[in-house]
Amino acid sequence: MRELSFDAVVIGGGAAGMAAALELDAKGHTVALVEREERLGGILAQCVHSGFGLVEFDEELTGPEFAERFEDRVSGRPISVFCGCTVLELSSGEGDKVASCISAREGALRLKSRAVVLAMGCRERNRGNIRIPGSRPAGIFTAGLAQRLVNVEGYVPGKEVVVIGSGDIGLIMARRMSWIGCKVHAVVEILPYPSGLTRNIVQCLHDFGIPLYLSHLTTEVYGRDRVEGIEVAPIENGALIMEKAFKIPCDTVLLSVGLVPENELSRNAGVAINPMTNGAWTDSSLMTSVPGVFACGNVLHVHDLVDYVVEEAGRAGRFAALWLEGAGPGREARIKIGPNVRYVAPARVEIGRDNKLYLRTMIVKNDAVLEVKQGGKVLLSSKRNHVQPSEMITLTLGKTELSSVGDLPDAAIEISIQ
Amino acid sequence: MSQELTCITCPMGCRLVVERGSGGANEGGGGLSVSGNRCPRGAAYAREELLAPKRTVTATCRAVAGSGSSRAFEAARRIPCRTTAPFPKERVDELLEAIYALEERLPVPRGRVLIRDALGLGIDVVATRTLG
Repeated sequence: MRELSFDAVVIGGGAAGMAAALELDAKGHTVALVEREERLGGILAQCVHSGFGLVEFDEELTGPEFAERFEDRVSGRPISVFCGCTVLELSSGEGDKVASCISAREGALRLKSRAVVLAMGCRERNRGNIRIPGSRPAGIFTAGLAQRLVNVEGYVPGKEVVVIGSGDIGLIMARRMSWIGCKVHAVVEILPYPSGLTRNIVQCLHDFGIPLYLSHLTTEVYGRDRVEGIEVAPIENGALIMEKAFKIPCDTVLLSVGLVPENELSRNAGVAINPMTNGAWTDSSLMTSVPGVFACGNVLHVHDLVDYVVEEAGRAGRFAALWLEGAGPGREARIKIGPNVRYVAPARVEIGRDNKLYLRTMIVKNDAVLEVKQGGKVLLSSKRNHVQPSEMITLTLGKTELSSVGDLPDAAIEISIQ
Repeated sequence: MSQELTCITCPMGCRLVVERGSGGANEGGGGLSVSGNRCPRGAAYAREELLAPKRTVTATCRAVAGSGSSRAFEAARRIPCRTTAPFPKERVDELLEAIYALEERLPVPRGRVLIRDALGLGIDVVATRTLG
């Protein structure tokens, strides 16, 4: 079996993996970048709509353009790229980590390294995850699968469409299906507010006159061989009102009901997973519970903008490089999740430097205040014009704000949103 | 006459109220006065949205395998593309028909102009990925 050694192996060649590999390379380390598809780029290849790159490139790009800019950077560097190559197992005993891979071109392959960056991304939640009752006919797709069929493979999954869930991919697909000549009859959302960005509600639904049913549950799927329709019922004051249930005829159902980080490899390698994010627990340097194994991008927590993914992945690459050079984080403080916060990534900060944090709230609010406290003392208070669960919040916690965090062995700060 | 709009310029999603010809202090171009916006971009968006709405159009067109391609079955089937500027909303369906009528031979470099001066409106349609 072929065996190759590198300073670092990056698993996943999407936006996160490419950004992390570039930073490791820039610090002079040898890097292998392993991607199971035939080409780098990950999910961006099928995201042919625009709206990417406003932070990273200061211009509005489509997904393929964003991906190709990173591909161009990678191909200009001595990074060993293994495409069409699937990592079957990651082992991390004493000494080197070993990624056992298989590819049609190379056969079985063992990639040894001192550091590993996990960048496998996420996958879609499907019908089983949300327990939609009814028969099991053909014509039910996750929105991302339909997106691949339409935008890459050139198939039209159906003509009369209903989207369940109002995540951004579902909204984007409602517009795409309309633009390819299908009729989108409704978007059905169980929550009282949309899960996607407001601008997508406007430009993907309002532009096409597609109704959005908020606080509605899908109670039945009709059809034997092919979907013939769904039944939905409103939720009022927490109760499902079956008397007001109605049927929406359709031949295709798209599910846009959330994403889950793809962590099977990580779990098997002994990486501890945070149940709030379904991604790894990391320290302030994005290193997981397994020394030398780092995580970034959607495998760490699901982001809403690729611009934030590449920022975080670049940091993971730089921290992995520092670790290879023998430098770990200095004194850290643990982050406690305060009121109205779902999670903060990473879950620790290093006291002696500036820390970039990504967090999600559980509430929809205008003129919110984000507060960082230790004990009763406010370290930082930051006004936010508008917060909502679907929009990730960024926060930089500087060493000045953290300077008063004491020398206690288990120092903790609390982050809350009011 | 007043109309309500949600601004799509940024994630804030301001709720805008636009009044026609009221002659108020906020009245700018086109005889429209805009309120509810938390920044000047909201007012500009509302005016354009009511007077001449535009959208960036993204789509895909048919890819035809190039000659000498021994692995044609693996070749891309669709080429992603976009307009080089926001396109008048009421002509988008016509533009999509023109894009869907294209058959582009691979290989295609990113940025290749697939339709020049689409519908005579001075906006091009370009490929957004290198393929083939």
